[in-house]
Amino acid sequence: MQHSVSEITGANLRRRTRYAGVFLFLLAAFCAIVVLNINIGSVPIPVSKIAKIIFTGEGDARQVAIIWKIRLPRILMAAILGGALSLSGFLLQTFFSNPIAGPFVLGISSGAKMVVALTMIFFLGRFGAVSSWTLVIAAFIGSLISVGFILLLSRRLKHMAILLVGGIMIGYICSAVTDFVITFAEDADIVNLHGWSLGSFSGTSWEGVAVAAVLIGMTSVLVFFLSKPIGAYQLGEAYAQSMGVNIRAFRVALIVLSSLLSACVTAFAGPISFVGIAVPHLVKRSLNTSRPLIVIPATFLGGAVFCMACDLIARTVFAPTELNISTVTSVFGAPVVIAMMMKRHRER
Amino acid sequence: MADYYFQTKNLSVGYDGKILIHDISIEIEKGEIVTLIGPNGSGKSTILKSITRQLKTIAGTVHIEKSELRSLSYREIATKMAVVLTERMKTELMTCWDVVASGRYPYTGRLGILTREDEAKVASAMETVHALSLAQRDFKQISDGQRQRILLARAICQEPEIIILDEPTSFLDIRHKLELLSILRSMAKEKGITVIMSLHEIDLAQKISDKIMCVKGETIAHYGTPEEVFREADIRSLYEIEQGFFEPVFGSIELTKPEGEPTVLVLSACGTGIPVYRRLQKERIPFCAGVLYTNDIDYRVARLLAAEVIEEKPFYAISDCAFERAKQWIQKAEIIIDAGVEIGECNRRMLELLELAKQSGKLKRG
Repeated sequence: MQHSVSEITGANLRRRTRYAGVFLFLLAAFCAIVVLNINIGSVPIPVSKIAKIIFTGEGDARQVAIIWKIRLPRILMAAILGGALSLSGFLLQTFFSNPIAGPFVLGISSGAKMVVALTMIFFLGRFGAVSSWTLVIAAFIGSLISVGFILLLSRRLKHMAILLVGGIMIGYICSAVTDFVITFAEDADIVNLHGWSLGSFSGTSWEGVAVAAVLIGMTSVLVFFLSKPIGAYQLGEAYAQSMGVNIRAFRVALIVLSSLLSACVTAFAGPISFVGIAVPHLVKRSLNTSRPLIVIPATFLGGAVFCMACDLIARTVFAPTELNISTVTSVFGAPVVIAMMMKRHRER
Repeated sequence: MADYYFQTKNLSVGYDGKILIHDISIEIEKGEIVTLIGPNGSGKSTILKSITRQLKTIAGTVHIEKSELRSLSYREIATKMAVVLTERMKTELMTCWDVVASGRYPYTGRLGILTREDEAKVASAMETVHALSLAQRDFKQISDGQRQRILLARAICQEPEIIILDEPTSFLDIRHKLELLSILRSMAKEKGITVIMSLHEIDLAQKISDKIMCVKGETIAHYGTPEEVFREADIRSLYEIEQGFFEPVFGSIELTKPEGEPTVLVLSACGTGIPVYRRLQKERIPFCAGVLYTNDIDYRVARLLAAEVIEEKPFYAISDCAFERAKQWIQKAEIIIDAGVEIGECNRRMLELLELAKQSGKLKRG
């Protein structure tokens, strides 16, 4: 017994080392991509000048403006929203105990998109402007509508594939409504709406960043403090309850928090595909655990890195033409999902 | 009432307000093992789910110690009651250690971080079920038997006063069944943990349980000690089997007897006949067994397998009546098997019967 106990202590130590390694890697990647993102663009800014501009505000006026007005808010937004999207995916996967559940696949992003589009047209038509908060609330309502449908479906259909088909169909219906609305919108709105409805981080304002940071920051902290019941829930509802989790309250919390996260993303950047599935999966694989206490922060960080990298690619590869963010995330995310499904199929 | 640890009163359980089983009133003392037996779909799981609060009870009360189950918070229940369910636990990238450690849930802080003490408890729970060496293995990649032991360790490490197990022995081979049940037995006796479980193996249920609950139809058919409950007729009606199949003294299960007019006579005593009976049963040959004292172990099995038994009261000389019947069968039978008969003071007349059999020319050695 003594021998085995020391073995266990050793194994636990090895695991912690692995976690630390993954976090260090993600942090390093985060810093590197932030720097790259500021550095690369139609006006390249040398790395040596970046620190100076950011920390002292001194330097070439044009470069200062590019960093402070364009690149920095955009990078931050990509990081915050990427993290939120991944976290939302992780929560939905836990909720449906289904590894390919995610805000995009389940039609939650599309639901949010639909209500945001309607709201935008209404507000732009009446008042000529729409605030970030209004958009977030609209997106949240849209998310909840989609989630409501999914929950109705999941009550009747336990099968995971059917649930996903249901989600995809809801997504199509919402997209159809959105397209319909856009088709008949005023010319001036269309440009705005069209770009947004495909997903993009361009044109991010500091006001948007602030709203997103506050909302997503608070939500993510709440999610982090739910990591204990989430861990219990991963073992199945009945076991979670036997461990003392109030299942009904917990399920509501999970759905509201994940909807809020994906609503924020949709409100600020439009629907972004595959991040919510691919990132949690990659993070869990590299950590070799599904323990929420570790996975939640790592997923957020991983999502941030992933989205910043994708945004960098989206705006630089075919510059000056900018790609939609979803185009890039799909290219990298979809293969991960396919690989994941094939692996699960083999394991069975 | 105060003496019982666990008690249900007029409990009715079912799904969606529809009553499946009503008026369950049982009392369990601390450290007792109670086993629910009954046919598939009789509602064993429904009862277990109701007393673990996974299902809402429809009427009646459940008390643990002196508190009503409904008045306890989920957390309070979790520190009293641990479960091992039939549903397969789906895990992702979790080692067996992680699964067992999840049993510490009610005792850890807000973030669920294990202290040294918790870790020691996890290790000792794994030690109890002889599974410490599995600690670093992925829970998904171990065998069913190992998985069941890990789930039991998980329940132990929750430090409950009562453990509820739904068919813990399904999927297990006989060695693991025995191992699991003996762990439960020693926990119940040494640590005073109350165990409520459902089992399909009535023979094992009889041997491990302090109390047996027979679930059938809309009520509890019987509740009591195995001696009270395991009467042949009751077990037969519980599982709706017409013919005898269960031997309550040994708790052995027999296949149905070959029906029809016996063509074979088996002469035996003191257990020599049992292997012969089994062979004939497998060949579906109806047979007559005799002359057997009703306290002979051959008699217990012959009752279930022989088409006819020539019986005699224990410790008496073989009566004329039994002797005549045996003689008739010696004439009628096509084959007579001598499985080996120990001759003593009382059964001296067996010698005569064996001699008659030899003369008939139909005698074979068993």
